Amino acid sequence: MIHFLIHDSADTVAVAVTDLAAGAECTGRDLSTNKTLTAKTAEAIPLGHKFALRDFAVGDTAIKYGCEIGKVVQPIRAGQHVHVHNLKTKRW
Amino acid sequence: MTDRKIHAFRRENGRVGVRNHVVILPVDDISNAACEAVANNIKGTLALPHAYGRLQFGEDFELFFRTMIGIGSNPNVAAVVVIGIEAGWTKRIVDGIAKTGKPVEGFSIEGHGDIRTIADASYKAKEFVQWASELQRTECKLSELYISVKCGESDTTTGLASCPTVGNVLDKHCALGGTASFGETTELTGAEHIVAAKAANEEVRKQFMAAFEDYTRLVFREKTNDLSESQPTKGNIAGGLSTIEEKALGNVEKLGKKTKFIGCLKPAEAPTKSGMWFMDTSSAAAEAVTLWAASGAVVHLFPTGQGNVIGNPIEPVIKLSGNPKTVATMKEHIDLDVAPILQGEMTLDQAGDALIEMVVRTANGRLTAAEALGHREFVMTKLYRSA
Repeated sequence: MIHFLIHDSADTVAVAVTDLAAGAECTGRDLSTNKTLTAKTAEAIPLGHKFALRDFAVGDTAIKYGCEIGKVVQPIRAGQHVHVHNLKTKRW
Repeated sequence: MTDRKIHAFRRENGRVGVRNHVVILPVDDISNAACEAVANNIKGTLALPHAYGRLQFGEDFELFFRTMIGIGSNPNVAAVVVIGIEAGWTKRIVDGIAKTGKPVEGFSIEGHGDIRTIADASYKAKEFVQWASELQRTECKLSELYISVKCGESDTTTGLASCPTVGNVLDKHCALGGTASFGETTELTGAEHIVAAKAANEEVRKQFMAAFEDYTRLVFREKTNDLSESQPTKGNIAGGLSTIEEKALGNVEKLGKKTKFIGCLKPAEAPTKSGMWFMDTSSAAAEAVTLWAASGAVVHLFPTGQGNVIGNPIEPVIKLSGNPKTVATMKEHIDLDVAPILQGEMTLDQAGDALIEMVVRTANGRLTAAEALGHREFVMTKLYRSA
């Protein structure tokens, strides 16, 4: 069973492709290389939502598809939920 | 990949349509009642009521006529009855549609009243619908279809599964000489560099960036916040998308891996040759699909994550989803399930072939989920207030 996917090897956030419990030991796949990855969630992550693959400080940039998807506005630890409460657009 | 045979309607001008509608088209908002009365009198006809058509001017005026004439000219339409309050603008639309060679006739209400107009137009609508009912589907090629693409109520699964499935189809369709169009100008924000790199040449790239920057200026002029209430939408956010950049990067997966786009279209403007085209559209589903229908597109591919239910009265909208929860909870809206991609149980190439099969079946006459459910969203794009 695949628990999460990343689009590009440079990605710093992963997408849950099934509902994940807090503290789950997860298996994922890098779609750009087909390599298997592992990660551990720090909180529950619903299907389709993202979690951090590393720690972030305020002002850091999150990477998905190998591209910038926004700026971090609250500190995030690896495994935590990344969403509108801690990530904002750089564009608008 | 070889071209597929379909059975469709070849129109007087050689274009291929997959539906055979007889449309009762109001020129303006105050002619809706007469059009709906005619469609009620004559079974098998389709009225397209809308909110505009009075005192428009400038670029908005041009877009209005392009949309009206384009809808009547779409190859999915066999014949058209046009009804307007006065004869001048009615004739302008009739003359525009008549260039396709299809049967079209106009009626105006002033000097006659609704009841006389409805009676006269009903006789003509009956003649048209009985004529159209004897038209036969003939063998055509899949590559003769003009396909439009746009996603809605996206989530992270659209970027992982349903949008790249559409991209796979566009690569195959355009390689065979097919025509396609994408748009959603503001929803390219954060991925505009990826789109720009897919322009066939420097002139097309400059045209695309000019349209993108123009729409961005509109957003900055009118916005009252960071658009966190609008872009991404509440549905996008519920599905896990956090920012416009993330949404856009998933969106552009629809453009495929190989195909370059050969030109930029104004809203509702028809492509002049085969290949992939950018159209400058809103990202609101019903507005955008109506613009593509007006540009002559005959089948729309619509990836959804959280479950947008949109349809169009004349252009069949095929929905696909890669979100297993949406496929389960909203199954009546989904024509193709590509959720197995998430678990590696289906490749993008397999999903693309499954979507092509669904396009062939739809072209041959299968009703889409949106058609069966009666979704006929006909929404005109209006650029600014009327005079």
